[in-house]
Amino acid sequence: MQTKETIVCRCEDITLEEIKSLIDQGYRTIDEIKRVIRAGMGPCQGRTCRMLIAQELAKYYGIPVGEVLMPTFRPTVRPVKLGTFAGGE
Amino acid sequence: MQKSANVVIIGGGITGCATAYELAVRGVKDIVVIEKQYLSSGATGRCGAGVRQQWGTETNAILARDSVKRFEGMNEELEYDRDIEFKQGGYLMVSYTQNEWNQYKKNVAVQHSLGIPTKMITPQEAQEIVPHLNINGLIGATFCQSDGHANPFHVVDAYYKAASRLGVKFETYTSVTGITREKGKVTSVQTSKGDIAASMVINACGYAAGTICKMVGFELPLYPQRHQALVTEPVEPCQGPMVISLHHRLYCQQTPHGSFIMGVGDPNEPKDFNINSSWEFLEDVARQATTVLPLLKNLRVVRQWSGLYDMSPDANPILDEVPDAKGMWVAAGFSGHGFMVAPQTAVLLVQKILGQNCFMPIERFGLERFSGGELLLESAVV
Repeated sequence: MQTKETIVCRCEDITLEEIKSLIDQGYRTIDEIKRVIRAGMGPCQGRTCRMLIAQELAKYYGIPVGEVLMPTFRPTVRPVKLGTFAGGE
Repeated sequence: MQKSANVVIIGGGITGCATAYELAVRGVKDIVVIEKQYLSSGATGRCGAGVRQQWGTETNAILARDSVKRFEGMNEELEYDRDIEFKQGGYLMVSYTQNEWNQYKKNVAVQHSLGIPTKMITPQEAQEIVPHLNINGLIGATFCQSDGHANPFHVVDAYYKAASRLGVKFETYTSVTGITREKGKVTSVQTSKGDIAASMVINACGYAAGTICKMVGFELPLYPQRHQALVTEPVEPCQGPMVISLHHRLYCQQTPHGSFIMGVGDPNEPKDFNINSSWEFLEDVARQATTVLPLLKNLRVVRQWSGLYDMSPDANPILDEVPDAKGMWVAAGFSGHGFMVAPQTAVLLVQKILGQNCFMPIERFGLERFSGGELLLESAVV
């Protein structure tokens, strides 16, 4: 696979190559990768990249995907305007 | 894991990592940092990321002023391969009540005495700096251009990498389960991966520092307090400074990435380790933020989170050796402003530990102030 051209996180434009490089450097979980490179911090909150990164970590460490630590699932489920929460709209 | 070390640092946040670096860069060998989860997984990675010198107490103002100098040169000093994203867009502290304005005047006098170039400005001048600021009822504002914010994850990463190059070992996903002392001195640290013999232990655990101190039978006067924050979708740059309204309990900044980060303090927050996100916070912060900065009503929230302040009785840090446990040092109790002063609190603590001249009196951060000494009450906490 062309790792340089394969986008893993579409919100933040993170490639497979960047993810693999961080894993090689010793960043061990989705949470650690997210904090260094912003994968999963965009409007979709990791709906696409979370599981793709989990697969890469599982391959690297030789463990089932189910054993990869998941980040906390945080509100909001989808982007909502501040004005809506403020009660104005 | 290794069986012994010169220094064991407990806590892989900004304080632990910066302290590890400052020790190593002064030639101390054989340092281990123990972190329960991953680096910056606690309060550091959840903080509002602001760096301000506009404080009411001299101690905070000095620590922040000197830390700003360190942040300015941090990418180079730590030879960081990324960017700590230090943006000096200033802090605009807006005042909507006369009491608050009187306090700001006193604070600015403290800041000026220390060479911090804060300006007192009119509502119109404040609106020139932040065009979308609501100046209805605004009395005035204080502004310091060299304040700003930095990316906590990258600052910790920078200290981690620089310390690693100097030989510091980091043990993540490792819990401390006990600390042994003999004849009033610490001798070893028990962890989930084995014991480490050490005569010096630095407790940089933030809100968990009390739990660690209990392992040597000492009650630290700290309590945890949840604070929540949210981040929006990124938009084009339109807000230079961090805006703080103590009256609205609000802070709000736009990051270099374009997203807005904001939070409000809840005066009714119980003393508890709860870090769940709440619905009430979303409504509260949205009301306050859209009152002070009405334009933001069109921004979409993408994520909310929370973290814990490590509150001390006077909202100021504790930098001291634990009585009856010689060799055990505490660097905690930062009460929500640990990130911005960490570069210099680490230097101060390390100077004390190594018996060097301290750049400011460390005694003022001592434990004795809670048993009859002089408290360092800080008025300017969000």
